[in-house]
Amino acid sequence: MELISPTDFAIDFARDKVQAVQDYALLAARSVTNLFRRPLYVADMIQQADLIGVGSLPIVVLTGFFIGGALALNSANTLQRFGSLSLIGQLVAVGMVTELGPIITGLMVSGRNASGMASELGSMVVTEQIDAMRALGTDPTKKLVTPRVISTVFMLFFLTIISDACGLAGGGAVSSLMFGMDWHQYWSTAWQILVFRDVFTGLVKPVLFGFIIATVGCYYGLSARGGTQGVGRATTQAVVASSILIIILDFFITRLVMTIFGYR
Amino acid sequence: MTAPPIPVESALKSSQDASSPAIVFEQVSIAFERKPVLDGISFHLAKGETKAIFGVAGSGKSTILKLSLGLLKPDDGHIYVLGEDVTELSEEALFDLRRKIGMVFQESALFDSLTVRENVAFRLFEEGNVSEDEIERRVREALSFVELEHTVDMFPSELSGGMRRRVAIARAIVTQPEIILYDSPTGGLDPVTSNTIIELVVKQRDVYKTSSLLVTHRLQDAFTMANHYFDRKANQMKPLPPGARGEVPMGFLILRDGKVIFDGDVHELAQSKDEYIREYIS
Repeated sequence: MELISPTDFAIDFARDKVQAVQDYALLAARSVTNLFRRPLYVADMIQQADLIGVGSLPIVVLTGFFIGGALALNSANTLQRFGSLSLIGQLVAVGMVTELGPIITGLMVSGRNASGMASELGSMVVTEQIDAMRALGTDPTKKLVTPRVISTVFMLFFLTIISDACGLAGGGAVSSLMFGMDWHQYWSTAWQILVFRDVFTGLVKPVLFGFIIATVGCYYGLSARGGTQGVGRATTQAVVASSILIIILDFFITRLVMTIFGYR
Repeated sequence: MTAPPIPVESALKSSQDASSPAIVFEQVSIAFERKPVLDGISFHLAKGETKAIFGVAGSGKSTILKLSLGLLKPDDGHIYVLGEDVTELSEEALFDLRRKIGMVFQESALFDSLTVRENVAFRLFEEGNVSEDEIERRVREALSFVELEHTVDMFPSELSGGMRRRVAIARAIVTQPEIILYDSPTGGLDPVTSNTIIELVVKQRDVYKTSSLLVTHRLQDAFTMANHYFDRKANQMKPLPPGARGEVPMGFLILRDGKVIFDGDVHELAQSKDEYIREYIS
């Protein structure tokens, strides 16, 4: 094996990282600009929407419901001490809609679909199917990446709404069944506390998270090298990178919305 | 192997009459991870000619095919395909050029989630302006050329290695391209299946007169191609009379250490005094 100097190693490492960021940025940009170039693969988008959206529904419903329940359970103990148990609906509503709904849904869909995209595209790379597609005159970013990005953004938006609703239902179930709170009171306080800013925050996040999940999954898939081991590595990296980016982005979106709309 | 009749005249392209070469490599160099693979190579493929490329593993044979398609960019030099400099074209422009070129990949590279019909028809579907009936007709015609009509609804995973290679050939020829690139079409196949594939390549060469580059490790495949022709009446490959040359020119290109060390026909190859070449062909 050829030995290289530490300086060369550092230069190669830095160059690879910069190159990776550049490649990712170009892929992300092309996934959007492809929307304005023909052909538009509508059938592929619908197929991906079915795989991503309908396929993720059970995990989103389950996690949403139980997170909402756990949030109510944790909050109830503290609120009871101050005699403010009636505020539980407000707390669950704001927590689910602005933060937990988008984050949990994003992470769930990331774990399920970023990995799926990376492994599917990675397998296509190592078996030369991507090269074959290019050789047949078809742009893989147009045929494979754009439909996945559009479908993920679109479906994550609705999955988050479903997750929010399930979380509120979970919180409501805990409040009424375990703490004897009136079901109607829970829903009316939960509903009334929500303002435009909360709903806006909760619906902007899934759009950006969906974009991150699909572009990161596709980027790692298309960058896979080194056979099946490389595909496995790409799959893991896609989930880790998209999860981290979702959490970091969540912080900045929250901060940005607070700056624009002011604090509560 | 016998094959069903095919509409020959319709397949012959007007561009065959043009005198300009199909592919030209001019001082092309490329390195991977600082290791040079091709070092200033130059050659050309005439319209209608078939050229077999030889060399040891890692000598850059498949790289030449990928460079011709613009799937890779050279570090230096120019590559002209059908008169266009692929080293200067954008990816978008390359997609248009690639529609005139067929490629048979080393491991077939069929789309494993699509049926044989969808694989063969992929390019026709992408063109978007071909009717369903026309697609079906052309898919059947291409599959009948490789004698695999019965596999039309099967998935690639249900086919043998040789059948996958034949489907890949059908996919490459379905749009009747002006150039076909074969990347080790007989690699990993048994001798009988290899012979079937070579007969298909010869048939494509002699019937459609498509310019082609063929990468192979198997010298006997290239010699079979050089010493045989496809008899359209008998619908099978037959040996040429001793000393005769085929109707379609057949060239040989040998690579060594990133350089072209031989570029000529089978007779020049047999008379070569180069020690490495003599050892290679012995």
